Amino acid sequence: MTMNPKIESKNVNLYYGAFHALKGITMSVQPNTVTALIGPSGCGKSTYLRLFNRMNDLIPGIRIEGDVQIDGKDIYSKSLRVDELRKKVGMVFQKPNPFPKSIFENVAYGLRVNGLNHASFVEERVETSLRQAALWEEVKDKLKKSAFELSGGQQQRLCIARALAIEPSVLLMDEPASALDPISTSKIEELIYELKSKYTIIIVTHNMQQAGRVSDKTAFFYLGELIEFDDTQVIFTNPQNPRTQSYVTGRFG
Amino acid sequence: MSKQLKEKIAFWIFRLLSLGVILILFWILEFIFVRGWHMLNWKFLTTMPEDGMTKGGIYPAIVGTLYLVAGSMLFAFPLGVMAGIYIHEYTVDSWFKRFVKLMTANLAGIPSIVFGLFGMALFVNTLKFGDSILAGSLTLGLLALPVVIRVTEEALIAIDDSFRLGSLALGATKLQTTRRVILPIAMPNIITGLILSIGRVSGETAPILFTVAAYFLPKLPHSIFDQVMALPYHLYVISTSGTKVAESRDMAYGTALVLVLFVLILNLLANALRRFLSKKVKMN
Repeated sequence: MTMNPKIESKNVNLYYGAFHALKGITMSVQPNTVTALIGPSGCGKSTYLRLFNRMNDLIPGIRIEGDVQIDGKDIYSKSLRVDELRKKVGMVFQKPNPFPKSIFENVAYGLRVNGLNHASFVEERVETSLRQAALWEEVKDKLKKSAFELSGGQQQRLCIARALAIEPSVLLMDEPASALDPISTSKIEELIYELKSKYTIIIVTHNMQQAGRVSDKTAFFYLGELIEFDDTQVIFTNPQNPRTQSYVTGRFG
Repeated sequence: MSKQLKEKIAFWIFRLLSLGVILILFWILEFIFVRGWHMLNWKFLTTMPEDGMTKGGIYPAIVGTLYLVAGSMLFAFPLGVMAGIYIHEYTVDSWFKRFVKLMTANLAGIPSIVFGLFGMALFVNTLKFGDSILAGSLTLGLLALPVVIRVTEEALIAIDDSFRLGSLALGATKLQTTRRVILPIAMPNIITGLILSIGRVSGETAPILFTVAAYFLPKLPHSIFDQVMALPYHLYVISTSGTKVAESRDMAYGTALVLVLFVLILNLLANALRRFLSKKVKMN
């Protein structure tokens, strides 16, 4: 069964000045799947992730070649507005980065900056998003309190709720659990599993077990190249490339 | 000598030197308080100078300084904050940015008397504002501008990029990010810088010398095109070039005390406001 891919990159090259950071990456992601990007530090996996909401554009001296499409549309075309793209492609960062605002205003932020200000609508969307991020029960009585009063794990789920509030269809996660304790990590992982039914998720992770637990597909990056991309089960049990084999079994990285 | 002993000696040297700095400050304060304290009363603060400025009060100088401080900040604060935002949030690292930063630093290094001459040439003569609150405020504002820019920039540099990225990733524009996330975090530090530059501006004599300050003017201004008296210039006049320098000695110490208290109160206020604002940022 092949559907139209949700996300597609064709022969993408990316340069930081003279440094060739991504080398001819071709890959496609099906809707409502979780794709894990793995590989040693500096292999290009985070850079690849940031292609899809054009966060790389903020880095001076960057050059991108090739074709990146979401829902069949070139996201680097001149006619596309970056803020519209980022509404559709949400992102969760490595370190929880709530704004110095109340819990409620953190989740409402994406709505407000996109001109959605109607009070009852905002309230409803904030609640839905917090429920989706499995945080509602813990914060419903203190929505006016500062987001900084939450624990690290709660803050990260708040950031997920914040990303979900503007109803993206793609969720990019850059090592979302690497700064969290094991219990918070497992909560985030459960959440990723549940969110799959509504979103297409790409997650960068250093944690092999995590990639194995949460993802359908896994892509192994090494020195800017996509070495292998296949079903997660295949990557972890029967990889075709010896470098993938030695990385997933922990012989380097 | 054992390294423990060296450690102890070094520690005590540092401690004594720090105490020395505090001591000098207290010495200055004590000097002025002792000589000026008996002058400080309601009449001194609220009446006009009399009798060749040897008697009466310093009311017009206090009012003048307040006007000049307010005027200069009305000009320097918005302009400086916007310039600081532009430099840090909008320009990428380029020769232009380095040039602007270098020029800002140079502007801060220009002697205040040069600002005074420039203000006279531009505001008083060329723009024909005359010796006036407007000309003096703009001149003092120019002097404060590099400080406000620098403080704003420092406040923005201190903010972690993760706030900016988080906001941009939600589809916010740079302006929305700056206004809604970055500025509220930076504001406590910017306000502190603002109040410190008010302290600096209120004590400056040279920039107001040729642009606004009146030698003796026992009435309050009616418009921004009027001259005013100002505390630092009044102090200079009655202690060096007045008609009866020796007889106005007490007046001079009283004026100095008022000026020092003014700056001291501003500094305390800066601290309190910064604390209040940092609390508010977290709670809101």
